[in-house]
Amino acid sequence: MTLLKHRLFWPVAALVTLVVVNVIANPNFAKVTMRDGDLYGNPVTILRESAPLMLVALGMTLVIATRGIDLSVGAVMAVSGAVSLTIIADSPDPGSLGTVTVAIVVAVLVALVLGAWNGFLVSVLGIQPIIATLVLMLAGRGVALLITGGAITTVTSAPYKFLSNGYLILLPVAFFIWVAVVAIVALVERRTALGMLTESVGINPEASRLAGVRSRGIIWAAYMVSGLLAGVAGIINASNTMAADSNNAGYLIELYAILAVVLGGTSLMGGKFSIAGTVIGVLTVTTLDKTIQFFGVPPAQSPVFFAVVVVIVVLVQSPRVHAWGRAASARMRRTPSSGEPPTGPGAASAAKKHEEVAA
Amino acid sequence: MTDRGGAAGAHPRAAAPAAGAQMPGPMPCQDGPVSEAQALVQIAGATVRFGAFTALDGVDFRMFPGEVHSLMGENGAGKSTLIKALTGALALDEGTVVIGGSERRFGGPRDAQDAGVSTVYQEVDLLENLSVAENIFLGREPRRWGVIDHRTMRRDAAAVLSGLGLDVDPASPLGRYPLAVQQLVAIARAISTDVRVLVLDEPTSSLDLDEVAELFRVIRELKERGVAILFVSHFLDQVYEMSDRITVLRDGQLVGEYLTTELLRIDLVKKMLGRDVAEIAPREHVVEPEMPADPVLSARGLTRTPGIANADVDIAEGEVLGVAGLLGSGRTELARALTGVDRAHAGIIRIEGQPARLDSPRHAMNLGVVYSSENRRTEGLIGDLSIEDNIVLALQAQQGALHPISAPRRRELALSWIEALGIKPADPDRPVRTLSGGNQQKVMLARLLALSPRVIVLDEPTRGIDVGAKVEIQRLVGELADNGLSVVFISAELEEVLRVGDRVAILREGEVAETVAAASLNPDTLMALVAQPDLPEA
Amino acid sequence: MTAVVTETPEVSTMDRVRTFAARRASVLPTLAAIAILIVLLIGAQVEFGNFLTPRNLSALLLDHAYLLVLAVGMTFVIVTGGIDLSVGSVMAFTGILGAQMLASGIPVWIVVPVMLAGGAAIGTLIGVLVQYFNVQPFIASLAGLFLGRGLAYVVSLSSIRVENPPILWLQQTRFLIGEWYITPTGIIALVVVAAGAIVMAVTRFGRTVYAIGGSEQSARLMGLSVARTKVMVYVISGLCGGLAGLLLTAYSGAGYPRYGIGTELDVIACVVIGGTLLTGGRGYVLGSMVGVFVFATITTIISFMGAEQAWTHIIVGALLLLFIVVQRAIVARSDRQT
Repeated sequence: MTLLKHRLFWPVAALVTLVVVNVIANPNFAKVTMRDGDLYGNPVTILRESAPLMLVALGMTLVIATRGIDLSVGAVMAVSGAVSLTIIADSPDPGSLGTVTVAIVVAVLVALVLGAWNGFLVSVLGIQPIIATLVLMLAGRGVALLITGGAITTVTSAPYKFLSNGYLILLPVAFFIWVAVVAIVALVERRTALGMLTESVGINPEASRLAGVRSRGIIWAAYMVSGLLAGVAGIINASNTMAADSNNAGYLIELYAILAVVLGGTSLMGGKFSIAGTVIGVLTVTTLDKTIQFFGVPPAQSPVFFAVVVVIVVLVQSPRVHAWGRAASARMRRTPSSGEPPTGPGAASAAKKHEEVAA
Repeated sequence: MTDRGGAAGAHPRAAAPAAGAQMPGPMPCQDGPVSEAQALVQIAGATVRFGAFTALDGVDFRMFPGEVHSLMGENGAGKSTLIKALTGALALDEGTVVIGGSERRFGGPRDAQDAGVSTVYQEVDLLENLSVAENIFLGREPRRWGVIDHRTMRRDAAAVLSGLGLDVDPASPLGRYPLAVQQLVAIARAISTDVRVLVLDEPTSSLDLDEVAELFRVIRELKERGVAILFVSHFLDQVYEMSDRITVLRDGQLVGEYLTTELLRIDLVKKMLGRDVAEIAPREHVVEPEMPADPVLSARGLTRTPGIANADVDIAEGEVLGVAGLLGSGRTELARALTGVDRAHAGIIRIEGQPARLDSPRHAMNLGVVYSSENRRTEGLIGDLSIEDNIVLALQAQQGALHPISAPRRRELALSWIEALGIKPADPDRPVRTLSGGNQQKVMLARLLALSPRVIVLDEPTRGIDVGAKVEIQRLVGELADNGLSVVFISAELEEVLRVGDRVAILREGEVAETVAAASLNPDTLMALVAQPDLPEA
Repeated sequence: MTAVVTETPEVSTMDRVRTFAARRASVLPTLAAIAILIVLLIGAQVEFGNFLTPRNLSALLLDHAYLLVLAVGMTFVIVTGGIDLSVGSVMAFTGILGAQMLASGIPVWIVVPVMLAGGAAIGTLIGVLVQYFNVQPFIASLAGLFLGRGLAYVVSLSSIRVENPPILWLQQTRFLIGEWYITPTGIIALVVVAAGAIVMAVTRFGRTVYAIGGSEQSARLMGLSVARTKVMVYVISGLCGGLAGLLLTAYSGAGYPRYGIGTELDVIACVVIGGTLLTGGRGYVLGSMVGVFVFATITTIISFMGAEQAWTHIIVGALLLLFIVVQRAIVARSDRQT
C-alpha cells in the first residue's frame, strides 16, 4: 500500500510497463551489444537521445513549479545551436578545443540572457507566463535564422560532435552530460533552500508573501535556469546533427517537455515538483517515441500517439474523473470512511467550498 | 449553544418556535397577526454539509412581501450558505425552499431568477468589460430579427437607471464607473426583472454615506412595491434603520427570528456572538498599564480605506493586547496594516520609538513584527509542504535562498518547536494540510516564533479549532507574553479576548474607540462597548 | 467592430470625442493597430514607390485569406480567455485530408463538408476537455495540435496535388474591379470576417463570449449558458481551421502535412496586435483583420526589401510584446481604480 502511494509509483509503473511490452513484442528491443569497448543498442540510444529533452524538461519542471510555463525553450535551443555553430563555422580553426569552448560558453550565455528576459516579463512586469514566453517563442526562431543567415549552417568539428556522438566509459557523452546536470540541479534545489521556496511560491503565492518569501527572485531564477538548460540542450541537439537548422531544432520540444513533467507527477498547477519524476517522464516519452518507431510507424505520425497520451494524462488528473472514481469506489464499498482528515484533490475542492462558506 | 425555543432573553414573544416545529408559527406583528400563508419565502430545515463540516444545520427562514429582513451572524454563522441556497447557487442537502406557495428545487442561479429571486452580491459580480445596458439586460436582451437590438436595450436601460435616479451612460463600459455605481447597476439589473425577492448581500460595505442613503431610498421604494428584501450588513446602524425583521444564525444554526422593534442591540450582539462556558481560569494579569509608557509598537492615525480610519494602538513589552469588535469593525484590516501586509494609506508606526515604514510582510518581519492570518489555509500555511518546511519557511526566507539552513539544523528546529508547542503528529515530514486546525495553527505560530519576534499579531488564531486546542493556544499566548513577547490577540469571541488580553482595544467602524484594562470588564460590559456606546433604553 | 466603421468620431466638438473615448475605450488598441498599418503602408510606399498598387494590395488579401479565417476563430477563443494552439495543424490535417479524398475520386460536395467537420471535431474535443474536464485551454489545444499534425501525416507523408476544378476555381478566378481583383478565397475570408463580427456584436452567443472573458463566474451567476458557449468557441475555431485548410489547399494547389507549422503563433500575434486582450473580455473580429493585414504588410515589405523572412517573426514578436506590455499597463491601471 505504501508503495502504491509513493508519488513516483505510477510514473515508474508506466515506464516499466512500456519497456516490458516492448521486450515481449520484440526481444531485440532491450538488446545491448559491445563494440570497440562501447555499448550500443536501443536502451543506450534512448539514454543518449533523451539528453536534449531531459535538460529542457528539467528547466520546465522548475518553471512549472512556480505556476508558470516556458514556451520558448524550443526557440532558445534554436538560438543557442545557431550561435555555437556560427562561431565555430566562422573561426579559422573549427576543430580546436578552444573554439568549441568559446562557442559553447557564448551560446549558453545567450540562452541565459533569453531566460532572464522571460523571467523579467513574468516576475517584474507580471505578464502571464504563457503570453510572456510566447513572444520569444515567436521571435526566437527568427533570431536564430538571422544568426545563421537563413541557411542551415553545417560544420565539421570533432570536439563539438563529441558532445552528442562521443563515448566515455562504455556510454555516450550526452548521457553523462544529462546525468551531471540532473545531479547539479537536484543538489542546488535540495541542498539550498531554492527548492523549498520555489514550491512554497508555487503552492501558495499569497501565503508565501506573508511568510516573507521574495517570490520575484525565485520566479526569475526558474526562468533563467530554464533558458540556460535549453541553451545546453540546443548545443547537444546541434552537435547531434552538426547543423543549425533554425526551423526544426527543438520543434515542439516545449510540448514534449511539458508532457514529460506531467508524466513525472509534477502538477501543472504548480507547487511540489519531482526531479526524479521528470527524469522518469523524459525516459518514458523517449521510450514511447522509440516504441512507436519500432512498431513501424513513421516518426512523423507519432504525434497522434502523444496526443492520446496527453488526453489520458489530463483526464486522469481531472477533478471530474476523480469524482467519478470516488463515486464508483463508494458504490463498491459501502463502509463509511475513517475519521482521518480528507486528502487529495477532492478534499481540496471541498475545503475550498468550506472557505467560501466561512467567508 | 443556541437559545432556540423561547429562551431568547427578555423577549420570548419574538423568539422562533421550538426546534422541533416544522415551520415558524404565526407571529405577532404590529400590523396584526401575519399568517403563514402570507410568507413569500419559506425555507424549512435547511441543511448543507461540506464533507464533515456542517455549514447549515436545520435552519428555518422566511420572508414577507414588502418587508426588509436582515440576516445576522458572525463569520461562519452560515449566512452566505443560506443566501446561496435561496439564490440557487448551492443545493440543500436537506430541507425545502418554498417560494410563493410552491416548492422549488433550484438547479442554478437561472432557476432562482425565473422564480423571481434576484441577488446583488457583496463583490459586484457584473462584467466591467461590457456596457452598463448589457450588464442590466444580459441574458434577456431585447431582440429584433433574431439579433440583439442594442438601441432598444440602451433605451430600456436608461429608463431603469433614471427610475433609480442614476445618471449613468448606458452605452459606456461598466468598468468606467466607481464601485458604488456598479453596485446600483447590479440592483438595476435585479429589479429590471419581475423581482419578488431581492437579496442584498453586504451591499453597503464599499459605499460612502451619500451612496448608502441613495441605496436605502431605492430599497424603500422596492419595499413599497411589495418586494421581499433580504438585507445583509454588518453595520448595526443600517440594520436597525432598514429592517423590519431580523434572523440570527450562529455556527450554522438558527438562533431565532425577531421583530427589529423588539430586539435590543445588545441582545442582538449577544445572540450573534453566543457564549462559551469558561473552560479555564483567567490568567493572572501581571501587567496592567493603562497606557504603556514606552510601547514596543505604537501606531497613530493608522488609516486604510475601506477598513480602518485613524486607529491608535500601543503595545507594551510582555503585554497581550486583546482586540474586540464586530465583523466589519476593521479587526483584520488593523492587523494587516500593523504588520506590513497591506500598506497603510496614512498614519505612523513606531517600533521602540523609531518610525518604521512597513512596506511588506518581509520588512515587518525584519523589524520583529509578525502576523498570523485568520485564513490559515489561504494566507498562512503551505498545505503541501511538510511541517518542517512550514516551520522554517519564514526564517529561511529571511536568510535568503542561497544561505540554506542545514538539514540537521532544520530538523532540530522543527523538532524543538514540535515539542515546545505540542504539535501532533510529531512527524516533521507530514504534509501540513493533513493536520487538524489546532495543530496547523501551532505550526503557524512555530514559524513566526522561530523568527524571535518582538510583536506577534494573531488574527483569530482559535477560529475553527476544537475546544481543547483552543485552550492550549490561549495558554500558550499567556506564556509567550510572560516571556516578554508582545501579543496582539484578535478574536470574535469576547470571553476569549478577556481571558487572554491584559488590555482590550475596542474597535468600532475602523477606529479604536476605547482601550480598557481587561480586568475591569466582564463579557457583558465588553459586549455593550463592542455593540454601541449609546445603548438604547431597555 | 461595426462601430469602428460607422461611429468614427467627427471631430466636431470635444464632447463627442470624449463620449466616444469613454464608450469605446476598448477599441483604442485596434485604432493603434490601424495607425500602425497606415504608417507601414505609407512608409512602404515612400520607400519603394510602387507599394500601394491595387495589384499589391489585392495580393495582401489573397495571400493571407487562410490566416484571416484562422484569426476569426482565434478571436472567439481568446475573447473567452482561452487559447487554441491547434489551428495550424488542424489546417494542415484538413488540407491534406481533402487533397487525399479528392485524389481518390470522391466528389467535392462530400469532401468540403468532411474537411469542415474534421476541423470541428478536433475543436469539439478541445472544448470538451476544457469545459468538462477542467483542462487548461493551452494543454487541451496542445493535444489538438499533436493530434492534427499526427493525423496529417497519417493521411499522407508527402504532398498531394489537387487538380479538382471547383477547388482550383476558388483560387484562380479573379473578379476584376478596375485594377483591383479578388478571388473566391478572398470573398470567403471576408464573409467569415463579417459573419464573425456580426455574431460577436449582436447575438446573445457573441455577448456571452465577452461575458465569459470578463468573468466566467459572473456570467454563470447571470444565468448565461457558459458551458455551451465555451465548447462552441473551440468548435468555431476548429471549423475555421477546417475552412482555412480548404483555402490553403486551393491557394497552393496541394495538400501538404507540413503546412501551418507555427501558424498558431502567427494567428495569436495577429489577434493580439489587432487589439484583443489575451486575458479575455475585450477584442474585435475586425481588429483581428487589421492585425492580419499588419502581419501581411510586414511580410510583403520584407520581401520587397529582399531581406530575410526571419525578420517578419522578429518584428511581429516585438509588436506582440509591445501590445502585451501596453495591455498589461491598462489592466494594472484599471485594477488600481477599483
